[in-house]
Amino acid sequence: MARITAGVASSHVPLLGVASDFNKDRDDYFGPIFAGYDWTREWEKAEKPDVIILVYNDHASAFDMKIIPTFAIGCGERYKSADEGWGPRAVPDVEGHPDLAWHMAQSLVLDEFDMTIINEMDVDHGLTVPLSMMFGKPDAWPCKVVPLAVNVVTYPPPSGNRCWALGEAVRKAVESYPEDLNVQIWGTGGMSHQLQGPRAGLINKEWDNRFLDGLVGDSDHLRRIPHIEYLRETGSEGIEMVMWLVMRGALGKKTRALHRHYHVPCSNTAIGHMVLRPDNGEGLDMTGSDVTAIAAE
Amino acid sequence: MITEDPKHQDIHEYLAEMEDIPGTRVFTAKRARQGYHMNQFAMSLMKDENRARFKADERAYMDEWPLTDDQKEAMLARDYNRCLDLGGNVYFLAKLFSTDGIPFAEAVSTMTDMAFPEYREMMMRGGRSPEGVRSIKANEAAAAAKKEDR
Repeated sequence: MARITAGVASSHVPLLGVASDFNKDRDDYFGPIFAGYDWTREWEKAEKPDVIILVYNDHASAFDMKIIPTFAIGCGERYKSADEGWGPRAVPDVEGHPDLAWHMAQSLVLDEFDMTIINEMDVDHGLTVPLSMMFGKPDAWPCKVVPLAVNVVTYPPPSGNRCWALGEAVRKAVESYPEDLNVQIWGTGGMSHQLQGPRAGLINKEWDNRFLDGLVGDSDHLRRIPHIEYLRETGSEGIEMVMWLVMRGALGKKTRALHRHYHVPCSNTAIGHMVLRPDNGEGLDMTGSDVTAIAAE
Repeated sequence: MITEDPKHQDIHEYLAEMEDIPGTRVFTAKRARQGYHMNQFAMSLMKDENRARFKADERAYMDEWPLTDDQKEAMLARDYNRCLDLGGNVYFLAKLFSTDGIPFAEAVSTMTDMAFPEYREMMMRGGRSPEGVRSIKANEAAAAAKKEDR
């Protein structure tokens, strides 16, 4: 059976894609940001996931105002990098996993999550920047991707509680897929940032770090944070963090942290990154390595 | 109270809270409706040929869209706060930033009371603190209490 073996959280600021594509990722400005992902890039080489369920939002690229799906799942064979107004990023195409994606779509709808199904779309920085952060600059991405797009642009976005519950249903869907697959789920976007109005540039380190703390262990208090708290405390675009809760919800009752990184600023945004293991007696040793011990060395 | 909790939901309270954040226009359904054509116009600038036509004659290109005069003036002036007031959304307006070839953060800084170098410096120092910019009502209450003290 397929299993969710890890959860990864990461910001997806477009400027990180530019830094990666133009080899600025080790300069004085971007170096400290990318250094916080070095551990994860090594860890991913050992983990060798087959599929990433990548929770992200589209930023007026594939979706405009004509159609606004709250939750959409990509069931296509492959996805090209979107032209966001300055030409598509020179990154590999993203290969989908239509069998798993369609299985998930069916399971989620039967579980009363009324998903929008997408067969063709381009994917923007929301999806490709996390791939660059975790995998660097390969000729082809080392695994398949099931895009899971969440509306966090037009209000109201789904509640944190609903996102968490979607994660729980995703876990159930994955575990009912017969093929042995090593599946990771990534929650992207955030952390605190505001890109509009006189209050632009808002950052809240204390709040962000409490949120990172809350992802670890067996508490589910994060699912009850209301939209207004994200808006007041983390800026108008901090609401993207509800997407992290889809990831957290998919990891079961308890998690442990393998890696954590936080940095301000990247352009207008606070960068947050975390790697989590579900910790509910799953005995996750499928790569044969004890990642905690490796990390300690 | 979690206003989006279905058991305790009050949509009017939810929407009122969205308008209580200083210096912020939350992209509610009302703004999405008001700005529909403005955002779709901005979306059209994703295409090279549209960018070229827009750059050749901004007003003529905008005249092809069902925009209000206010919306056209706000975009011609690159007055992004005004654009937000008229229903624009920053991810759509960003197509205008890239058509102009200016960095996202620079365009964002024009909505604040800072010039770009000053804004960038604020970000390097850790960004804008949420202190004092969480709630319009709370700020008014604090100001009223201060006045009474005098």
